[in-house]
Amino acid sequence: MVEIIKRNKALSVSPLKASQTIGGALAFLGFRRAIPMLHGSQGCTAFGKVFFVRHFREPIPLQTTAMDQITTVMGSEESVVEGLKTICEKNSPSLLGVPTTGLSETQGSDMGMAVKNFRKAHPEFDHIPVVPVSTPDYSGCLETGFAKAVHEIIDTLVPAADAAGTQPGRRKRQLNVLVNPSLTPGDLEELKDLIERFGLRPMVLPDLSDSLDGHLGEEDFSPLTIGGADVSELATLGDAVATLVIGRSMAKAADLLKARTGVPDYRFNHLMGLAAVDGLIAALHQISGEPVPERIERQRAQLQDAMLDCHFMLGMARFALAADPDLLQGLSELVHGVGGETVAAVSPVNAPVLAEVAAESVKIGDLEDLERLAKEEGAEVLITNSHGVESSKRLGIPLLRAGFPQYDTLGGYQKCWIGYRGSRQALFDLANIMLGLEKGEIHPYRSIYAQKPEYRQNPPKVAAHDPDKTPTADSLRH
Amino acid sequence: MKQKEIAALLDEPACSHNNKSKSGCARPKPGATAGGCAFDGAQIALLPIADVAHIVHGSIACAGSSWDNRGTRSTGPRLYRIGMTTDLTEQDVIMGRGEKRLFHSIKQAVQDHQPAAVFVYNTCVPALIGDDIAAVCKEAQTRWGVPVVPVDAAGFYGTKNLGNRIAGESMVKYVCGTREPDPLPEGVDSGDKTIHDIALVGEYNIAGELWHVLPLLDELGLRVLCTLSGDARFREVQTMHRSEANMMVCSKAMINVARKLQEAFETPWFEGSFYGVGDVSQALRDFARLIDDPDLTARTEALIEREEAKINKELAPWREKLKGRKVLLYTGGVKSWSVIAALQDLGMEVVATGTRKSTEDDKARIRELMGQDAVMLEEGNPRNLINIVREHDVDVLIAGGRNMYTALKARIPFLDINQEREFGYAGYTGMVELARQLVLTIESPVWPAVRNPAPWHASQTSTGEEL
Repeated sequence: MVEIIKRNKALSVSPLKASQTIGGALAFLGFRRAIPMLHGSQGCTAFGKVFFVRHFREPIPLQTTAMDQITTVMGSEESVVEGLKTICEKNSPSLLGVPTTGLSETQGSDMGMAVKNFRKAHPEFDHIPVVPVSTPDYSGCLETGFAKAVHEIIDTLVPAADAAGTQPGRRKRQLNVLVNPSLTPGDLEELKDLIERFGLRPMVLPDLSDSLDGHLGEEDFSPLTIGGADVSELATLGDAVATLVIGRSMAKAADLLKARTGVPDYRFNHLMGLAAVDGLIAALHQISGEPVPERIERQRAQLQDAMLDCHFMLGMARFALAADPDLLQGLSELVHGVGGETVAAVSPVNAPVLAEVAAESVKIGDLEDLERLAKEEGAEVLITNSHGVESSKRLGIPLLRAGFPQYDTLGGYQKCWIGYRGSRQALFDLANIMLGLEKGEIHPYRSIYAQKPEYRQNPPKVAAHDPDKTPTADSLRH
Repeated sequence: MKQKEIAALLDEPACSHNNKSKSGCARPKPGATAGGCAFDGAQIALLPIADVAHIVHGSIACAGSSWDNRGTRSTGPRLYRIGMTTDLTEQDVIMGRGEKRLFHSIKQAVQDHQPAAVFVYNTCVPALIGDDIAAVCKEAQTRWGVPVVPVDAAGFYGTKNLGNRIAGESMVKYVCGTREPDPLPEGVDSGDKTIHDIALVGEYNIAGELWHVLPLLDELGLRVLCTLSGDARFREVQTMHRSEANMMVCSKAMINVARKLQEAFETPWFEGSFYGVGDVSQALRDFARLIDDPDLTARTEALIEREEAKINKELAPWREKLKGRKVLLYTGGVKSWSVIAALQDLGMEVVATGTRKSTEDDKARIRELMGQDAVMLEEGNPRNLINIVREHDVDVLIAGGRNMYTALKARIPFLDINQEREFGYAGYTGMVELARQLVLTIESPVWPAVRNPAPWHASQTSTGEEL
C-alpha cells in the first residue's frame, strides 16, 4: 500500500506544480486552427505563454480577457463576450477554448451565461465552437486542467449516439485515442505509428504531435494553432471501433465519451516499459484482428535485450522522481521493471493513480520536498522537470528531465519514452547516467609494507588551487 | 491597494506620458492583448535583489509559471532563484486562511533560508478576498526580526508598467533610507581622487551585462551604492538615499523612484543608456556633469577617449560586415531610441521601430535619430512585423523573446533584446557581443537551407524568399 503524505508546510519552495489553467490551455493547443483565451488578468496569459514558448520553442497562440480593476469588481462576463467576438472576427478559429483562472473563479464569473450572451449577441459566429472550462489554479495541476478541458470539449462537441445516429464500429478502422499531457509530441508520433501498423486510423485527442511537434510550416505566420486534431472529426468519434485511453487522469473524459457514444474503450495508466506496452499491443491486435507485425515483435525483442543489458546498472539503482501523477506513476513502473527503486516520489497534487506508484510513499509537495527526500534516501538519479537543475547541483546527482517545463534543453518535447522503442531508449539513457556515476569504484589501497618505492618517493600532490579537493588522511586510508 | 493609490502611481509628474499622448496606457482589449500584468512587472523589477526571499502570495499560476526564468545574474547569493509561493488552495480561499498561511510562510522562509529580508508579492486571488498583506508583513517583521516588505501588485491592478512602479514605490516607502552606507572598504587604493556615490535605477544585470560597465565606474571613483535591482543586496537598497546622482537606466519603468528620491533627498538624476558607444560615453559624462567635480570630469573625458579608441578598433571588422544591413526593431519604451543609436553606430539602417510603450519624448528622439520619416509601429502584432520585414527587405528583426519563434517560423533572422536573453550588450565591450550576435544570425547558412524548396519541389514556387 502506497502511503500518501499530505502537504504539511505553509510555504511552497521551488514549486513543482504548474497551474490547472495552463493545462486546460494546452489541451486546446492540440486542435487545428484553435486558440485558448484565458479568462483572467493579462498576466495569467503572459506567464502561460512564456511557459509554453520556452518549452516547445514555438509560437503559442494564447489570448486573454484582460480583466482589470473595473471588470474584476463589476463583473467580467462582458469581457468574455468582447474577447470572443474580437477573436472570431479577426481569426475565425475552428475552436475557441476559454479556461478560467483563480481570479475569474474567485470573482464568480458565470461562464455559462457569458457564452449564452455571446451567442445571443453574435449569431453570426454560431458556427465557431466555444468551450469554457473551469480551471482555477487554486486546485489541481497541469494534468487535471488538461483532462478537464478534454472532458468539456467532448461534452460540447461529441453528439450522443442516438441523436447523431453514430454507431460504434461503423468506421471499422477508426480508433479514438484520448491522451494525457504526459505524452510528448514525440510519444504521440510513436503511438500513432504503432496503431497504423495494425491498419487502424488513430484519432488522437488532443493531438499535440500535429501542432507542437516543432515543424517548419509553409505559412509564415498563423495566429491559431498550425495543426492538431480536426475539430469536425469530433462528430465521428461515435463511429469508431474502439477508444484507447492513456492516463488515469483522463478517466472522467473517457467515461463521458463512452456514455455518449457507446464505443468500447481500453484504458492504460501509461505506455512505458514492457508490461505496459504489451498491454497496448495486445489491445491493438484484438481491436484490429490483425496479427502483430513482425517489426513490432522485433522491437519487443530489442526492448527485452536492452532490459538485460541495463539491469546491471539499473538494478537497485535509487531514483528520486517528481512529476504530475500519471507521469510519476509511469516512470516509477519503468524503473521498477528493471529492478530500480523509487526512493523518493513527489507529486504536486493527490490523485487516485498515486496508489499504484511503485514506491513506498508519495509526498504531495514541491521540489524542496524532493530534494530533502532524495538526500535522506540517498537517491542516485533525479527525474523531474528543468526546475530540478538547482536541486540536482546541490545534491550532486545527475538529472534526467521529464515533464513540464523543460526550458534549458532542446528537444525535450520530442523525446519518446513510450512503446518498445521509446522505453528502450529511456532505459539506455538512465543506464548511461548510472555508468557515469562510476558506482562500485574501489579506492586504491596502498599497503604500508609494499615494495613500491614510488609510494614514498611521490607523496600525493596537494592541489594548491582547490583546498576542498585536498586528499585527507582519511580518504587515503580507504 | 486602493483605487486612489493606483491613480497616484499612474499620475507620474516626471513622465511625459502624463500630459502628452498616452499611447502606451490604453485599456487592454479582451481577445487582443499581449504583455504582462502588474504582478509580473513588480516581480521583474525586484527579483534580482539576490539575498531576499521573494514570496509570491497567491494560487500557483503566478509563481508556478514564472519562477527561475530570468537572465539576471548575481555575484553571490542565489536565494532569489528559489521560487517561493503560498500556493493557496481552494480551502484557503473559501475559509479565508490566506493570511495565516502567509504568516507561517514568512516564518518558514526566515528560518530555513536566513534571508536579508522577505518581499511579499500580492496577487489577484488574495487581493480579491481581501487579505491584508501589509498588516501580515508588519506583524511578521516584528515577530521574526527580519524586514518584511509588502509589494501590493495584484495582476488586475493594471499593466506590467504599473507593476514596475508599485515595486519602486515599495522600495522608496519601506527600504530606501533605512541604513547609512558603509565606509569605503579598507585597503582599496583610490589614489588621490574623491570617491562619489551613485545609484542605477532600472538596470537588471541581464546576462551579467552590468559587469561590462562596473569596471569603468570603479576606475572613475564612482561607487555604485545600489543598482535597482541587478545583482543588488537588500542592504544596498537601504542606502540609496545617499547617492549623489542617480541614473535611470534605459527605462521609464521606475521613474517614480528617481523622482521621489529627488523630492526627498534632492538627488539629481538623468535618463541614460548603456547600449551603444555614444550612449555609454554620454552616461559617464552625465554623471560627471551632475556631480560637478572638475577632476572627475577630466578623468571621465580621458577614460572615454581611451575606451572609444580601443572599442572602435575592435568594432572595425564587425562594422564592415554590418554596414548597410537593415533592421526592424520592435521593443518597448526607451530601448526604442537607445538601441537605435547603438545599431546606427554599427553602420546599420533601422527601417522601423516599435513605439507602443514610448512617450512623446522618446518619439522625438527617435525622429532625431531616424529622420522625420521614421516608421513607428504602434501595434506590433506578428503579421504586421512580418509584412514590414518583407516590404523593406529587412535583414534582421530585433525584438523580445516572445516574438522569436514567430520570426523563425517566417524564416527571418532574429536577435533577442529582452530580459530572457543570454548575452549582455551593455557597455563598450557589450557592443562587440551585440555585433557578433547580429552577424551570427544574419550570415548563418541555415537561411538558404530553410528557404529553398526540397529538390523534388524545385519546379514549384517556394514560400521562402528568393535568394
